[in-house]
Amino acid sequence: MSTTTVTRPGAKIRPSGVGARGNGSHDDGRFPGGGGPPSGPGRSGGGDEFHPEKYRIAVWVIVVGVVMLFVALSSAYLFRSAWQPLDGPSDWTPLWRPRVLWLNTAIIIASSVTLEVARRFLKREKYLFFNRWMSMTALLGLGFLAGQFMAWRQFVGQGIYLRTNPHSSYFYLLTSLHALHLLGGLVALSYVTVRGLRFNFGVRQDAAVQATSIYWHFMDALWVFLFVLLFFWR
Amino acid sequence: MAETADAIHHHEAPRGFIRKYIFSLDHKVIGIQYWLLALVAALVGMTLSVLMRLQLAYPNQEFGFLKWIFPNAAANGTISPELYLSLMTMHGTIMVFFVLTTAPQGGFGNYILPIQIGAADMAFPRLNMLSFWTTFLAFVVMVLAFFAETGVIGPIGGWTGYPPLSALGEIAGPGEGTAVMLWIISIALFCIGSLLGALNFITTMLNMRTRGMTLTRLPLTCWAWFTTAVLALLSFPVLLSAGILLLLEHLAGTSFFIPANSIVNGKLLTDRSGGSPILWQHLFWFFGHPEVYIAIVPGMGLTSQVLSTFARKPIFGYRVMIYAIFAIGLLGFFVWGHHMFISGMAPMTATVFSLVTLVIGVPSAIKTFNWLGTMWGARIRFTAAMLFAIGFVSLFVSGGITGLFLGQTSLDLHLHDTYFVAGHFHMIMGVAAIFGMFAGTYYWLPKMFGRMMNETLGKIHFWCTFIGVNCIFIPFHIMGIMGAPRRYSLHWNPVTGEGLQYLQTMGPLTKFASYAAFFTAAAQIIFFANLIYSMFKGPKASENPWEATTLEWVIPSPPPHDNFGGHEPTVYRGPYEYSVPGAPKDYCMQTDPEPSESPESEH
Repeated sequence: MSTTTVTRPGAKIRPSGVGARGNGSHDDGRFPGGGGPPSGPGRSGGGDEFHPEKYRIAVWVIVVGVVMLFVALSSAYLFRSAWQPLDGPSDWTPLWRPRVLWLNTAIIIASSVTLEVARRFLKREKYLFFNRWMSMTALLGLGFLAGQFMAWRQFVGQGIYLRTNPHSSYFYLLTSLHALHLLGGLVALSYVTVRGLRFNFGVRQDAAVQATSIYWHFMDALWVFLFVLLFFWR
Repeated sequence: MAETADAIHHHEAPRGFIRKYIFSLDHKVIGIQYWLLALVAALVGMTLSVLMRLQLAYPNQEFGFLKWIFPNAAANGTISPELYLSLMTMHGTIMVFFVLTTAPQGGFGNYILPIQIGAADMAFPRLNMLSFWTTFLAFVVMVLAFFAETGVIGPIGGWTGYPPLSALGEIAGPGEGTAVMLWIISIALFCIGSLLGALNFITTMLNMRTRGMTLTRLPLTCWAWFTTAVLALLSFPVLLSAGILLLLEHLAGTSFFIPANSIVNGKLLTDRSGGSPILWQHLFWFFGHPEVYIAIVPGMGLTSQVLSTFARKPIFGYRVMIYAIFAIGLLGFFVWGHHMFISGMAPMTATVFSLVTLVIGVPSAIKTFNWLGTMWGARIRFTAAMLFAIGFVSLFVSGGITGLFLGQTSLDLHLHDTYFVAGHFHMIMGVAAIFGMFAGTYYWLPKMFGRMMNETLGKIHFWCTFIGVNCIFIPFHIMGIMGAPRRYSLHWNPVTGEGLQYLQTMGPLTKFASYAAFFTAAAQIIFFANLIYSMFKGPKASENPWEATTLEWVIPSPPPHDNFGGHEPTVYRGPYEYSVPGAPKDYCMQTDPEPSESPESEH
């Protein structure tokens, strides 16, 4: 008696039983359940299409992570500055405020403004103007970093170091961590600036500029927050 | 720049050994790397725990082999209190970070999540590679701490690393100089590695889902990994900040944690002023409590998946399971104070922390009852993976109930820092999470290596481990109620009469727990033998050996380089459609088109 296998179209024979070797429906190179070659605009298969979205999501995730780092340290700062020993006066000696920090604050706010201007020009595809304003943003970023360095030099010149008193400890800690994160933003700014100067425009540049600007504005806001926290709180 | 490289990566597998297996960009290879790292770490951590149990069962007895293992830390063949403390610290640190945090998320999550959502890889393959190698570097630094100082094999401050002991440097005692520095650096590196991983997981899950894979069609494992990634993103920066402060105490002589005028080993410290050790506790436990969930939440997702698969029933209350997992994660951020009830806290604050802690019982109970509801009336297939998943539920209950005891401020005053606490967290975050990993290994090894594990050995391994861990940790609770303090290398030495006299009746119980520990550790040989044999010589696995429904089971075992061979699967259904009425077989793959498309199945 001959055996006849009837295979209904569409019904797939599934391996059954624990550990059973399947009928190898993948042997013909087709993947079961794979809806055939991907179709539709922007879908080129295999996932190598460009997703601008993922950079935006990733930058927001980074922002949340950095926020948590500074939330932890700022709450430590707030408690430390308000703390008083039971048997005496507070040992908190506030630092004087270096005037260069005002300048720095102005510089970093200005850099956010120039970045926004550059972004508007990019949207209107005025690439020459974009390059001009983007370079200015990167330079202002560098200027901010130099200004922070000057503030540290001024304190060091007066013998105020990381371990001198609680306020100086937190000042150096918070400003240098901010500077470290800002350095990352500066690398991103330089990257999009250099790409722009090479006239490398397109969806990738748009995504890079968008991601960079989210991060840079966040760095700006973070600095303003730290400046207020370190010198105007209490 | 990265995109062009990714594009090449998606089309064909790299050829060279180093590109393919060492510095691989493939999420599957990285997942296996994480998983192997965790296996090695688990072996190290388990060995350390066996040595601790040896000391507790035979206090201060001389063992010749100790001279051979620790030629300088145990030169006379006995375990000194300092050596015991360093064994405990390294056991805790390695287990919590490099096993419980690494295997379920970095290992299984990396391997399975992109496949389950129908993606060809993670969103950022390079970042994925970087996060594994950062974690690996962290492990190397942690291992270096073993050899940093004489007399001990690492820091002696416990995995919580409480200052001022951990912040003072060498004057604080053995292990608190170079060893603790390496420990902090390792933890900081681990934080960075985990944050990079979390970034990748969140982006991947939000952005890389395939056609038809709506949020409510995601397997619960994906939801669990996503929640874990969010928890990691919010908590690891806080630990990182604490680690930076602690490192500055050592490197820059600051006083974030060291109070003024501390007397350390008979010496008055004049160069530090006004820090607070409590600050560390707040920062650490703000991380530490979510960390517990980072360890257990992937196990919850996996348990849901495995229970549903082998009960051949849809998971009971799919949406509620998602809400419960988020509720647990969210509440986990508001309970850190319950670790610090005896550190000094306003009674009102303690009450609030206590209440929020008890509220976590609600979503946990929802999950437990949903798991029971899933199994209710089912024709269960008792595979090894299923047994471990049921074991997870059992341990989750017995470990979770004791959490309610400890969450009570008044009870905690007595139970704090006793073996009751050790029993509680070993049950729930230690063993339950590890049962999740075992279930994952039995369940996904056929997919990862294309070979089946031996079921009989798996079942023997389950029963030995399940009975063993209960025999270890149930006595812990009794010892804790008797008042036995944690972290002591000796409770009562019947030979010399040293120790705490009120604990002299505890000897038999301690010995019993130790024997159970030796037995359980020995039982793991069955697992490792089964694992290694099956990886190379086990029977070949089909593409869907468990008749499960999620996307990883529609592709060959092991999956090809870019998972779906350049295709994009289309998803038509929820993840747990078992025993669907009217369906031709007892399960419907997520990729099976809706029955309503064919006219005859409409009723």
